[in-house]
Amino acid sequence: MDAIRTVGLTKRYKDLTAVDNLNLTVHQGELLSLLGVNGAGKTTTIKMLTGLTRPTAGDAFLNGKSILTENGAVKAMIGVSPQETAVAPNLTVQENLELMAGVHGLPKAQAKDKITALYSRFGLGEIAGKRAGKLSGGWQRRLSIAMALISDPQILFLDEPTLGLDVLARSDLWDMIRSLKGKITVILTTHYLEEAEALSDRVAILKSGRLLCNGTPEEIKHLAGTDKFDEAFVRIVKEGRQ
Amino acid sequence: MKGLAFSKRNDLEVLRDPLNLFFGVGFPIVLLLLLTAIQANIPVSLFEIQHLAPGIVVFGLSFMTLFSATLIAKDRGSSFLQRLYTTPLTAPDFIAGYLLPILPICLAQSVLCYGAAVLLGLQVTIHMAASVLFTLPIALLFVSLGLLCGSIFTDKQVGGICGALLTNLTAWLSGIWFDLRLVGGAFQKIANFLPFVHAVEMERAVLRGDYAGVFPHIWWVTGYALAVTVIAICAFLRQMRRQ
Repeated sequence: MDAIRTVGLTKRYKDLTAVDNLNLTVHQGELLSLLGVNGAGKTTTIKMLTGLTRPTAGDAFLNGKSILTENGAVKAMIGVSPQETAVAPNLTVQENLELMAGVHGLPKAQAKDKITALYSRFGLGEIAGKRAGKLSGGWQRRLSIAMALISDPQILFLDEPTLGLDVLARSDLWDMIRSLKGKITVILTTHYLEEAEALSDRVAILKSGRLLCNGTPEEIKHLAGTDKFDEAFVRIVKEGRQ
Repeated sequence: MKGLAFSKRNDLEVLRDPLNLFFGVGFPIVLLLLLTAIQANIPVSLFEIQHLAPGIVVFGLSFMTLFSATLIAKDRGSSFLQRLYTTPLTAPDFIAGYLLPILPICLAQSVLCYGAAVLLGLQVTIHMAASVLFTLPIALLFVSLGLLCGSIFTDKQVGGICGALLTNLTAWLSGIWFDLRLVGGAFQKIANFLPFVHAVEMERAVLRGDYAGVFPHIWWVTGYALAVTVIAICAFLRQMRRQ
């Protein structure tokens, strides 16, 4: 079964069509990057897939569950790390993780085990007692992703996970994201082309809400007739190639 | 269970903010001390501790609007609330999670205020416990106002509206600092149409054991509290749909 299948997914805001008839399939365990310039429709697509925004038309199925009619089941299977770092600033790292375990209804013992596992996976154990608001941007982003993973989601949405981070923090996060590949399905939006090329199994390029192309980084470079991914992206977006 | 985790988080966020502790507990107690000192030097019946303490309790509760609204507005302003919207939490979980955890804080604040008043000479009676319980509808009013303002305004706007405007309205239109009859006219009519003076009069009546005296004030307070709660829930649901 496909992890995600969108069928004519569309979102209109008055005069603006943010996402236009999107038909996209993501396989289980795959990491798909949504690429596009500002206003391409990446965040709106994620908002629809995560139940934050209702589509104007079309539907999407996450592991076979409709975002329109089975919203509860969809929410139970996803994890989301939003664009801005979304942590509770006055809560400690541990309390933030406990909060997310609690809102997903995990029993205490299970939550404790998950938190211990996330500590070792993300290196958060040493700062477990620190308030999230006092952490650096990189650590907050790590915590944000760990919070998204506590419920063992089948599908993880990472919206601009490395935005504003320095090179080292970004490299650390890349390693972390790589470690997720194959285990869960990851949808990543990013402005950093090298990030998309380095991490993605497949890349979908959007422009003005429409899907221009969808394939592996190699296929996209081949399609654009260049061996550089950033050049391929620019060519495809400029030409509006479909 | 799910809603409880969210409620616990909101409690911690409010209690761990040092400004909240200052304005929620420190400031009302400082006012009690100051006005009691004034009363000791220049006796004014309004500042006698049995009159003053219920007024300060109500005034202290007005800060809960600021705390509650700031928490919600900040959650809305960051992506935190959006993250939680993608979890299995439901709309009632969010509303209860923002409203209910603040109520015990309100009760604790009232206990502390009356406790400070006892140290300043207020006689301990069974009516004091009743006075604390009667703060519940007042607390609901102020916390719901917080939910309403937090659902509509940004955290910066909330600072001005709830931190300055509402606390001043509560202070001036409640008869805590001066007898409203001294001003009279439209001012007194407006004050009587709003819930603040009724909240103070209700608390004063309960504290002196005059339970018949809580009427009609309790109707004003409860009526406003319920109306504001309904409006606040609608406003929160509206912003939830928009997000």
